[in-house]
Amino acid sequence: MIKKTYTCALAALAASTFLAGAAHAQDDPIKIGVLEDQSGDFAAATMVKVHAIELAAKEINEAGGIDGRPVELVTYDTQSDNRRYQEFMRRVLQADQVDVVFAGFSSASREAYRPIVNQFDGLAFYNNQYEGGVCDANMIVTGAVPEQQFSTLIPWMMEKYGPNVYTIAADYNFGQISAEWVREIVDEQGGTMVGEEFIPLGVSQFSQTIQNIQASEADFVVTLLVGAAQASYYEQAASSDVGLPMASSVNVGQGYEHKRFTPPSLKDMYVTTNYIEEIDTPASKAFVEKFREMFPDEPYINQEAANSYIAMNLYKQLVERAGSTDHDAIRAVIAEGDVCYDGPSGNVCLDPKSQHMSHTIYLAHVGEDHSIDFPKVWEDIEPYWLGEAGCDLTQNDPSAQYTPSSPPPAD
Amino acid sequence: MLFETVFATIYQFGDAFAFLVIACAGLAVIFGMMGVINLAHGEFIMCGAYVTAASARAGLPLPLAILCGALVAGLVGMVVERLVVRHLYHRPLDSIIATWGLSLIATQGVLIVLGSTMAGIGTPLGAIEIGDRSYSLYRLVLMGTSIALLVGLYILFYRTRFGVIARATIQKPQMARALGVDTGRMYGLTFGLGAALAGLAGGLYAPTMTMVPTMGVTFMVESFVTVVVGGPDIFVGAAPAAAILAAIRAALTAWYGQLFGQIGLLIAVIVVIRILPGGLSGWIKGRTR
Repeated sequence: MIKKTYTCALAALAASTFLAGAAHAQDDPIKIGVLEDQSGDFAAATMVKVHAIELAAKEINEAGGIDGRPVELVTYDTQSDNRRYQEFMRRVLQADQVDVVFAGFSSASREAYRPIVNQFDGLAFYNNQYEGGVCDANMIVTGAVPEQQFSTLIPWMMEKYGPNVYTIAADYNFGQISAEWVREIVDEQGGTMVGEEFIPLGVSQFSQTIQNIQASEADFVVTLLVGAAQASYYEQAASSDVGLPMASSVNVGQGYEHKRFTPPSLKDMYVTTNYIEEIDTPASKAFVEKFREMFPDEPYINQEAANSYIAMNLYKQLVERAGSTDHDAIRAVIAEGDVCYDGPSGNVCLDPKSQHMSHTIYLAHVGEDHSIDFPKVWEDIEPYWLGEAGCDLTQNDPSAQYTPSSPPPAD
Repeated sequence: MLFETVFATIYQFGDAFAFLVIACAGLAVIFGMMGVINLAHGEFIMCGAYVTAASARAGLPLPLAILCGALVAGLVGMVVERLVVRHLYHRPLDSIIATWGLSLIATQGVLIVLGSTMAGIGTPLGAIEIGDRSYSLYRLVLMGTSIALLVGLYILFYRTRFGVIARATIQKPQMARALGVDTGRMYGLTFGLGAALAGLAGGLYAPTMTMVPTMGVTFMVESFVTVVVGGPDIFVGAAPAAAILAAIRAALTAWYGQLFGQIGLLIAVIVVIRILPGGLSGWIKGRTR
């Protein structure tokens, strides 16, 4: 008797599994893993990314989902901790079996999880501006890269303020490689690096650094500081009356320091960013409005929020055009070279060679009262460096990160 | 030119010294004197900073706001002592776990209730110019405050009845009890004092820092390092320890940058615990005995 029940149950189980299998790909939700820092040192800048993904998911589901399938988010808090990224990346890819992952703020965290994405042949969107150079078919990068942020910013600053540049940068891969880019561009433009200093993450006291800057003949300071602790620099520099203009690829557009600090500590900070909420276009205004409708207490809608939102919509388009969530089919669509999305930051397109995104780059200037104006806009800047250096993901997949001093091997 | 260079050097040393003294004062009382390993120390600092910022924004003058921050942190400290730490005085490992848990709850609680960041209050007083460099006046005030803090604590612990009873309670609790001291109350007050000093550190540095729930952590390494190098006595230990570490740090940072400043600090600790297990104060007292 017991044995019979057991067989029956087994048969029922087998039948249901079979049925579920048949129904799969029709109505089963598309699962999207979301690994972002909702606590810890980076939370101030990254909480909004989760909200942007939630907003996009809600809109996509209300409009009938992706190819008729609803979107389901599998969200974990990575706590600004690289080990959490590795843990949760394994979990979403192995246990949760997600179709795609949206993950990562710091470059250290991206490099921590990237080998795992490669190992399980997953697909990950990295929706952050960063130091550039990741040539990896398993990664799609929607954030801006140095040729978009520094090739525009540094020459403009040198023309306006002078050729002597002092860089202070966070001491990890992002800061080191970004500083290398700055050094290279300053050199190309005939300027001089009068100083360069790398600050360990978590350092919050800057009086020696400030003194070094004052002692140098710098015309402006490039600040590539990351995290809440390092952001204390601005307040301390202002109270010591450093008074030099600043240039950055990460401030304002990421950590909204102009909202968090008392004016005028960020006076004359110039940032190249592909989106911030002050951008005065109808598309941007509509985005801000619907964002605040869903999250009324959102402190700031930064470039990473826009990029995450754009990434969700790009993924929808990719899956619908590919007809499935299969990664090879999706990459075949990217290879067609016309995957574009007209979103909050204007029209953006994916580059098939590097799987990075073109951007309209806004030069944001912080005024004495911390209001923002845009002295310059560069339209449609391509992420050209990787492709020119020899990365072509439509041909092969080195899954490596390159820098100006270690470019792809010529073959 | 010479004066400028000398002033710049002294300023850097003073700045590092002030940070170490102010950051470690609370820990020197709770960990150095009482022997309680309190991993929630950074959260008392954060509490002081947040209360200071909130009351300054509400219109209170900054010095009063800072006192307010210290007071609230002290009261919170006394409550924590009463509810948790008191029951774990003879179980140091358990107190590590309990206070670590408290720290996680406090950080995450503040994150959930107040959000991931809080608007700062701006550094007051502006800057003074010496030669072609300018210096933050507020940081000079912090240097003065750190000296005043040491003097104040010395008077409190060595020249008042409270200080005598507190030291007696911590050194020989049974004896103190036999002489009619309410040791439970003294433990509570001393712990509260340590928490208030932590709150004071948070309040004093609040105008110069980013206000986030994890801000206390940036004080932790420096304060533990100073207290460990100093040993159990604040005056014979922590003050000279802060001076020595500040010199090491300021010099290395000036010559090789921030990274080496931090490395130097940690190497100094390793060397000191290896050759002077009782810390500086243990060594100094051993020699004078």
